[in-house]
Formats: sequence, C-alpha cells, structure tokens
Amino acid sequence: MEITLSVNGVERTSDVEPRRLLVHHLRDDLGLTGTNVGCDTSSCGACTVLLDGESVKSCTILAVQADGHEVTTIEGLAGAAGNGETGALHPVQEAFHAQHGLQCGFCTPGMVMAAVSLLDENPHPTEEDVRLGLEGNLCRCTGYQNIVRAVLAAAGEVRA
Amino acid sequence: MSILGTRVVRVEDPRLLTGGGTYTADVRDPRLEGALHATFVRSAVAHGALRGVDVDEARRMPGVVDVVVGAEVDLPPVPGTVNRAMARPYLAVDRVRFVGEPVAVVLTERPEQGPDAAELVVVDVDPLPPVVGTDAALADETLLFPEVGTNLVAEAGAPDGATAPDGPAGCEVVVRQRMVNQRLAACPLEVRSSAAAWDGGRLVVWCSTQNAHGVHDALVRAYGLDPADVRVIAPDVGGGFGAKIGAHPEDLVLPWLARRVGRPVRWVETRTENMTAMVHGRAQVHEVTIGGRRDGTIEAYHLDIVQDAGAYPAMGAYLPRLTQAMAAGTYAVDRVTSRSRVVVTTTTPVASYRGAGRPEATAAIERAVDLFAAEVGLDPAEVRRRNLVPRFDEPHTTAAGATYDTGDYPAALERALAAAGYEELRAEQARRREAGDPIALGIGVSTYVEVTTGPYAGSEVGWVEVRPGGDAGVEVVVGTGASPHGQGLATALAMLVSHHTGLPHDAVRVVHGDTDLVAGGTGTFGSRSLQLGGSAVRGAAVEVVEQARRLAAEQLEAAADDVVLDPATGRFHVAGTPAVGRTWAEVLAAAGVPALRAEHTFTATQPTYPFGAHVAVVEVDTETGDVRLRRLVACDDAGRIVNPLLAEGQRHGGLAQGVAQALYEQVVFDDDGNPLTATFADYAVVSAAELPSFELVDMETPTFVNPLGAKGIGESGTIGSTPAVHNAVCDALAHLGVRHVDMPCTPERVWRAIRDATR
Repeated sequence: MEITLSVNGVERTSDVEPRRLLVHHLRDDLGLTGTNVGCDTSSCGACTVLLDGESVKSCTILAVQADGHEVTTIEGLAGAAGNGETGALHPVQEAFHAQHGLQCGFCTPGMVMAAVSLLDENPHPTEEDVRLGLEGNLCRCTGYQNIVRAVLAAAGEVRA
Repeated sequence: MSILGTRVVRVEDPRLLTGGGTYTADVRDPRLEGALHATFVRSAVAHGALRGVDVDEARRMPGVVDVVVGAEVDLPPVPGTVNRAMARPYLAVDRVRFVGEPVAVVLTERPEQGPDAAELVVVDVDPLPPVVGTDAALADETLLFPEVGTNLVAEAGAPDGATAPDGPAGCEVVVRQRMVNQRLAACPLEVRSSAAAWDGGRLVVWCSTQNAHGVHDALVRAYGLDPADVRVIAPDVGGGFGAKIGAHPEDLVLPWLARRVGRPVRWVETRTENMTAMVHGRAQVHEVTIGGRRDGTIEAYHLDIVQDAGAYPAMGAYLPRLTQAMAAGTYAVDRVTSRSRVVVTTTTPVASYRGAGRPEATAAIERAVDLFAAEVGLDPAEVRRRNLVPRFDEPHTTAAGATYDTGDYPAALERALAAAGYEELRAEQARRREAGDPIALGIGVSTYVEVTTGPYAGSEVGWVEVRPGGDAGVEVVVGTGASPHGQGLATALAMLVSHHTGLPHDAVRVVHGDTDLVAGGTGTFGSRSLQLGGSAVRGAAVEVVEQARRLAAEQLEAAADDVVLDPATGRFHVAGTPAVGRTWAEVLAAAGVPALRAEHTFTATQPTYPFGAHVAVVEVDTETGDVRLRRLVACDDAGRIVNPLLAEGQRHGGLAQGVAQALYEQVVFDDDGNPLTATFADYAVVSAAELPSFELVDMETPTFVNPLGAKGIGESGTIGSTPAVHNAVCDALAHLGVRHVDMPCTPERVWRAIRDATR
C-alpha cells in the first residue's frame, strides 16, 4: 500500500506491506534508526515517537495507520537533527544531558519523546506524576532517578 | 583546581540524545552490503532427543537463501566452563537441553521473511524428562550429559561445615535457613545483535558485547584464525549487565554462515529470544548456618550453595567461587566455611549478572545476621555493630580467604543509620504496631563488601596520543581496552587525561571496543573499567607529558628537570618563569613530530573491595501482602571518585536492580521446563513507578591498589540494596510471627507468609 507520512517535517511516500509496523517502517524503510526496538510486547517504550504531537509506541501501530499523519522521531526533535551540536538540543534533551538522565542511551529516544509528550499534557508535574507517566518506558541503567530529575528540570520544577 | 572529583556532564550524551546512537542493528557499512538476515529456529521442548529437522517447506518460502541445521555446522563444540566435557554445539545436534536452544537457522534476504520461514521448520524431538531445579539435578535420575555420568559440574569446599562441632553447629545459638537466590534476567534494553562479514581473508564482526577482545579471542579459537585476521567492533551497546561479557553461540556461528553463503550475515534477536536464550544470572540455592552467643557475638558461619548453571556450564559454573570467597562479608568471624555444588538443568544457561556471585554472598550472610539477631532478641543494627571488622588500612584477610584492601565498615553503617534516622524509624514502627496499623513498617539494614576486577589481580591497557588539530591547537585521542556501554567511561578518561595534560577534557576523544584500534584489552565488567582502564590511561598520559616536557626543555634550552607543565593552562615552562613557555601545539610544531604517543598497561597487585551500608524502609499492607519501598538510604564507598555524577548514576542503576531482585523480578520455569517469563509482559522489569528517589550518602576510603585510589562502583548498589530491602520486608512481618520470606517478596508470597504465621 502507498502511504505518505510527514516525518520530522518532511513528506515521505512509500509502498509498504499492510502488516508493517510503524517502527519498522521508520527504521528499515526510512533509515531513521534513532527509534529503537526493545521488546515484542509493547512493554518497554524504546520505540516511542510522537504522532501528531502525542506519544505512541511505534510498535503498536501499523505504518498504514500513520498515513497522512505527522511523525516526530528523536532525529527531528532538536533544531538541527542528529548533528551532535549541543546548542541545538530540545529543552528535554538538554535536561537529560545536564541531569545525567541517560547511560547506554538505548531507551533514551523513546524516553525523551515520552517525556516531551508528558510535559505537553502536564507542564508542571510532581515527581509522582512523572514516575507514573513514564511507567510504560523501561530503562535498565539509570534507576530512573535522573530521568525523573531531568523531566522535572525541563519543567522548571527543580534547578538544573 | 583539578577537574578530578567534579560533576562533569558526559561527553557521550549529545550524539545519543540527537541521533539515538549507533547500535549493532543500526550499523550501515559497505562490508555489510547485501547481508542476509539470520533467524534462529529454537527448541520448544526443554529436553529431548533430536530425531530430525525438516527444512524443505521453509526453503521454499519467499526470500529464503539457505536453511542450516546443527549437523552441518563443522565447528568444534564450545567446551563447558569448569567442566569441559559438558560442551555446547552451536546448533543442537542430537539432543536439545533447554527451551530456546538454537536448532536451525534460516537466512533470508529481508529480516521480516525470517520468522515466516522459521515457523515452517519442523523440529522432531522425542521428549526426555525435564530437569528443573537443583534438587532434581542433584538426584541424577535424568542426566543432561549421559556420557559424563552426572549432572554435577563441580564441587568445592567443606561438605560437613554445617554440622561440624567446631563450626556454627557447636555454638550456643544456632540458626539455619534455606533461601533461594532466584534466577534473574539481565534485561539490557538492547537485545543481542551481531553481524559478520568476510573482507578478503579477514573476518569483521560487529557485536553487542561488553568485551570486544573477548569475542575476538572466541572467534580466533572457534575458527582457528590468525588473531590479526579477526576484527571485532562493539558499536554503541545498549546495556549488558554481565550477560554480554561472553560471546553467545548465535554470535559465534554467524561467520560460519557468512562463509557458507558467501555473503555477510546479520542477526537481531527478539525480546522473547533474549529472555529465553541469553544467559541468566544468580540462580543459587543457599542453606545458611550461623552460630554465636546470646550476647550477640557471631562465632561461626557456614554457607552451602547449589548453583543452577542451566543447560550448559558457562560463567555460572564459576560464580560460586566468588560467592565463597566473599562468604564472610563485613564480619570479624573466625570460623567461616562454605561448600558449593554446581549442577546442570534443562533451562537457560546461567552466567554473570550485575554483581555475579557477590550479591549472593551478601544476601546470604545479611539475612543470616538478621535471623541471628531475631533469635537472640537484639536489634539487627546492634548485632552488626558488635561483629563488624573494625576500620583497617592494611589488608585484612578473612576466614573465607579473601584479602580486603581497605575498609571502614562501622563508619559506613553509622552514616547510613544516621541518614535514615534509624532510631526514629524504630519508634515509628513501634507506634504502628501498638496501634494495630494494617500497613506495617519494615526497616532493613545491610552492610556489604564486594570484590571488584575479579578474584585475581586485573590488568588493562590504554594509550594516549596528542596530535595537532582542534580548537585547542591539539587534540587528544585515547584508546582503552575497556569496553564501556553506558558507564560514561569516556568522560572519566577524558577528565583524567585533562588533569595530567592540562588540555581541556572536551579536546579528548576516546576510542574503545574495536580490536583494530586497541591491541589487547579485557572489556567492561566486574566494576573494573575505571580502576584498571583509568589507571592505564593515566599511566599513558603521564608518559606523553614526559615526552613533551623533554621536547619543551630542548626548545626552551633548559634542563629537562627544570621544565614543568602548568596543568591550568597546558603550557610547559621553566619552573619559576611561567611567562616564557610553550603550548602543546608549539611543542609539537617545533619538534616537527606528527604526534606524541604512549601506551601503558596497568596491572593491579590485587583486587579492590568496595563496601557500604544500606537502610531500606518498606510499607507492607498486611491485608494484601503488597510491599512498597518508601526509602532507600545507601552509603557506598568505592574509594576515590573521579566524577560524582557518573558514580551516582552507577549507584542509582545498581540500587534499582537490587530492589527489583528483592521485590519483583524472577525467571520462572514450569515443571516441564517451559519458561513462563519469556517477555517483558511476564517478567516484572522494575519501572519508575515502583521506585522512590534514593538517598545517597557519600564516603571515600581510598585504596592503595591503584594510583587513582579508586575501587569499582558498578555493582555496589545491586549488592547492598537487595538484602536491605529483603530484610525490611521480613522485619515488617516479624511481629506477626513471620521469620523469613523468599525473594522476590511478591504480594502473594507475603500474603501467604502472613496467613501461614497467623492462622
């Protein structure tokens, strides 16, 4: 089936199998490997992207369901995508850096996108709001403490 | 002021935060053009005779290039660890020994074609009785390796330690307890992944590993290649936690497949494969016997260990040696004995998982001390005070045979107790009990000491090269034989090099995990990377500075001994006359050399022994058995800290995994050997919602073992927190008559323990 997605602000038209998951479409068809696959039960959240601005696990929706919609991945979050310039970081990315909210980095793209969506819905969360809000995103390295700090810092709730 | 000891944010982050890193599955390389995708067909039966594998239908599926079965793979099986006769084939040949064992492999043009074809491979197995659990294995009624004649892989120690009259059995007070240190899954967020390509006569392998050099050596052995003809690259690695130290059979067979089809081959497993076929951790059954006097003095301790090594002895067969070495823990007990037996079972092989043998030792003795305290009617913190090894600055050899480097366990305990407000917590607990509050408060204390860099003196290699370029006029490239995958080692090494060269840390680039770029190397595990790898890089940096200093002296027409490097500015000058000097760039330019380079191997004289004390506070709903961790106070002493930000990150992650063992996580097999926790929907990976923010208490007791004064910090959190939380749960229920609940302390177990004690 032919589908057209706006991915990080760029129109992308592809012919995909109806069974193709959005995450595989992003990674294997469009070459956007920043979005990771961490499980096969929609449990880990490593594949979280924004669909029309709201976080979704891109392993739980089909590429064809995203037809006509806007997708934002980690590569498109910062002003200058993926060039490694610290100056171009989104405030949530900046907070993850300042608060040591990442270690191996594998959950990070999904975690950052989930955090962006969380703050969009609740700009002034409590620590408990953040912990419950990120329950669907697993991290094995950080013990979540600095991720939670980073989200609160991005919300201006704690000093960076 | 030195950069050392300051909270420098990570140099690794910007790339990971913007592009999402380059993990093995993301690697795009010309040598992998046209790569086929491997999909393993795995045994669905725990134990059985393999009668045949029918691949005809699978071969006819779209995109299938080849299907390979075990008998076709003409590589010698991998000898078992400790017991070489229990060897493992790359793909099962005549017998399957666990659910998830690879039986065949399908090679397809596109990744999604693999599972479709693999489903059509027919694996014909005559089931044999499963061997699940250590008791079944020890019974030796069904043998995994009939030719070996027993399921026992290895045995060591004192078999009669629990009953010997000069052991705990002869003491005034004797307490015994059987405890299960349950099997865990490491759960790195990145599953296993590898890619193999033959580049002329050379083999190039990308692998998600903690130890590129270890994979290199395994490939050299498996294929009989010249070491120079093998290159292993560990790109970004999405966590390992011990499970990715060694190469798995799936990793090692890819080059064989690539050679057979004449094309590169790559492999990315699913999470279900990861949960069933990547090595697990822990999986020990303990019987502790602790003896002492009514006044709270502990006089003797015996630890009996049965290690479930899974179907093929891997690193798991070795873990009890670490457990036994650390059996005495932090205590000044004269008589400590232990015994270990390692068995094979028809389950996933067991190897290292964060702590690897040491958390088991700590869990055993820390529960034993609490049981002893309950028996003599003393506060568990008080019993620890009376029995801890006093502060020592010279090596201390325990009754278990380990020689600890430096330590101050009483100070760590007091700091943790003070930070927790221990006395107030006990008062609060008494008030709740008095009031009959159904939400019981539990307070758990643990003290721990562990061994890092492995049981023997470790070694690591590093090099430093200073060359023209960059904003600073020179750039520094550092190579390390460690293989970091999230620890932030590049930042720590850059700080060390900055400290010694006076060059900014962000002018330092660190390369690792590529056997062509760093000759030799041992990888990242056992909390070894900073203390060994950092000491090696430090040594190389000192040598490079010395080279530059001598060149600067010639250029300044001064005696070499009179020239110094100002670490604040990175300029060389004659001592006392800083106005006339040479920058690194000027030294290099004037000398006409393209670069200055030094390589250094650091070998420690002995391992280091980090230690600490944790206090956990839990609330237990006595009506439902639900446990909530309310606080976790952790005093961890890993010697001198290079970067507190990184050290805290290591502690946080370790604490979370330790809490998870106490309360949530467990790999479960049913009686037939079927894995019941094969997905993240079934295995209770701890999430942000279950955890509080941890309260960290700092303490630094340097070691003399390396020039940094640093011990390892990677595993401490895991080791101390599990028994603190476990003790807290048992403590919460003590007034109800509950003596012990095995881990994980799930609501069902806690509820049953309360019911059994009170009805």
